[in-house]
Amino acid sequence: MKYSPLDLGRWIVWGVTALLMIVLPLIFTEGFALTILSQIGVGIIFALSYNMLLGQGGMLSFGHAVYSGLGAYFAIHALNLIGKGQFWFPVTLLPLVGGVAGLVFGILFGYVTTKKSGTTFAMISLGIGEMVFACSLMFPGFFGGEGGITTNRVVGKAFLGVTYGSALEVYYLIVAWAFACMVAMFAWTQTPLGRMANAVRDNPERAEFVGYDTQMVRYLTLVLSSFFAGIAGGLSCINYEIVSAENVGAVRSGGVLLATFIGGAGFFFGPILGTVIFFIMVIAVGALTKAWLFYLGLLFLVMVLYAPGGIASLVFMHLPVLKARLMGRLWRPYAAALATGLALLAGLVSVVEITYHYSLEAKTAPDMALFGFAFNVTDGMPWVISIGLLVAGFIASRFSWKLVGRAWADITHALQGGTS
Amino acid sequence: MNTAIELKGVKKNFGNTEIIRGVSLSIARGERHAIIGPNGAGKSTLFNLVSGRYPLSGGDILLDGTSIAGLKPFEIYRRGLSRSFQITNIFHRLSVFENIRCAVLWSLGYKYSFWHRLGGLKDANRRAEEVMESIGLKRRRDTYAGTLSYAEQRALEIGVTIAGGADVILLDEPTAGMSRSETRDAVDLIRKVSEGKTLIMVEHDMGVVFDLADRISVLVYGEIIASDAPQNIRGNKAVQEAYLGTEVHA
Repeated sequence: MKYSPLDLGRWIVWGVTALLMIVLPLIFTEGFALTILSQIGVGIIFALSYNMLLGQGGMLSFGHAVYSGLGAYFAIHALNLIGKGQFWFPVTLLPLVGGVAGLVFGILFGYVTTKKSGTTFAMISLGIGEMVFACSLMFPGFFGGEGGITTNRVVGKAFLGVTYGSALEVYYLIVAWAFACMVAMFAWTQTPLGRMANAVRDNPERAEFVGYDTQMVRYLTLVLSSFFAGIAGGLSCINYEIVSAENVGAVRSGGVLLATFIGGAGFFFGPILGTVIFFIMVIAVGALTKAWLFYLGLLFLVMVLYAPGGIASLVFMHLPVLKARLMGRLWRPYAAALATGLALLAGLVSVVEITYHYSLEAKTAPDMALFGFAFNVTDGMPWVISIGLLVAGFIASRFSWKLVGRAWADITHALQGGTS
Repeated sequence: MNTAIELKGVKKNFGNTEIIRGVSLSIARGERHAIIGPNGAGKSTLFNLVSGRYPLSGGDILLDGTSIAGLKPFEIYRRGLSRSFQITNIFHRLSVFENIRCAVLWSLGYKYSFWHRLGGLKDANRRAEEVMESIGLKRRRDTYAGTLSYAEQRALEIGVTIAGGADVILLDEPTAGMSRSETRDAVDLIRKVSEGKTLIMVEHDMGVVFDLADRISVLVYGEIIASDAPQNIRGNKAVQEAYLGTEVHA
């Protein structure tokens, strides 16, 4: 086999990713961090499976949680049966039960959803999502009603001392599955079906004129994607020991769309980045402020408007600049944009938080602290400073972004063989 | 059997408007056949009917003696008929190499496989490299198809059409919008890639038509008014009238 530097790079990326996943709990030792890491691990599988549809196959689904959720329900019933001694199956492999359930429902629902592409596909996926969510409340025998189904993951005898009693053991189970799924889903992108999914995404008509039934390409892609989504569901069942209607709901389906889009649907690792950012927003920012959902929505809006290719595209657009050693031209405009952007963000956060606090607790507890400053929200000064910061940050940002735009125009010219 | 493709009373209506009015045509295996006619005569519609893009309103089309009427484009492709488009129709976000490799996968039997690694498909990769070489795009191997020049995109369009090794090739205005030198290159390319195949092309450039075609059919208002060897078409009175009373210049 001929030597290819790209392959070497790929090995390094995968190696570093695996190493990082293994050592992270040793760096962040708090229980809180382990919870976030486990959620991120499951979220990565889910987002990558979603991106088989969105990024690779051009299918915008609003109901992907159906497959992970139903996978989770089947896994939790299997786990309860194992607990009662009515069914023997190693807990380590339980995500496979979720995967198979996801696959079966993918075969069933996918046959309907993939009959059409584009907006119609999106609408059908939304309809199926709503239908399954309605079923989850209509059939409490299987879905457990609003309370959901609970379980205990510590069942049977310990295997090599592993019982999944501790969160760390569960984390490493998630990491092992996440890594295996990442490799499998990446491998899928390098197969004839994976490439034809790209072709169908780009130009379905032409794909038909090179011998492919585009519906079959979409269908098989969705079925495989549902399998991986089901695995994510199986893992979440082990992680949380509860599965409820929320698992198949529109919020979960919307969340994975947000995470994938923020990370970058056009790149394999985009959803991984997106999931990390998404969970940091949900858990870390959620712990700091009640307005976290507002900030998440704002981030999504900014990404759609200014970086529709996601964070991965921002990373990739800098690679040729790095290679041409032209990053020096960007540092100054970037520093200016960062400083003004932070001022704008601080102003925005202040306005949002003060307004939020004022509307909820102006009469009962008007004192609040923000960025280390304590003040009373009924005073005028905090409002003046916040709004002033917001307006000044906005105006300054517009200037600094012009500098960034100019620097990029120069760099593009230089990269295309110009001299400036 | 010596007939590659046969059209029997093919009709196409859009609403009450008859676009193709009973076209019958038989094209021999290995023949290079051109379809000419004024704008709006129905040439591209005829291609769309033969390739399965539009359903027939009447008549039948036989490919190697078997009816292909009512089949979907991918089913017709699998029976050995491939087409190009008047407006470039390629995979813009894939590289030149990937465009061509996508076009060879089905014919090499990889179909919907998700257990083969693309990098390990020696036959598909070799075939894609050969086609790239033959259409002169080897040096643009890893360029996104969407960023190629117009002439390069037209060459890729032909490459994608012929890559699967179809026996019957339909080219819809392959030289449209090209400069003289680009057209010369395109004619050489078409001659090379259609060697041993049945070629049917719609073309406005009479130089290209008379240079390449073994036989020419003239389509006017959805009907074939003449189908003959190039030298006979040139002298055909009805054809001259159809071309606004002027002689058909080669």
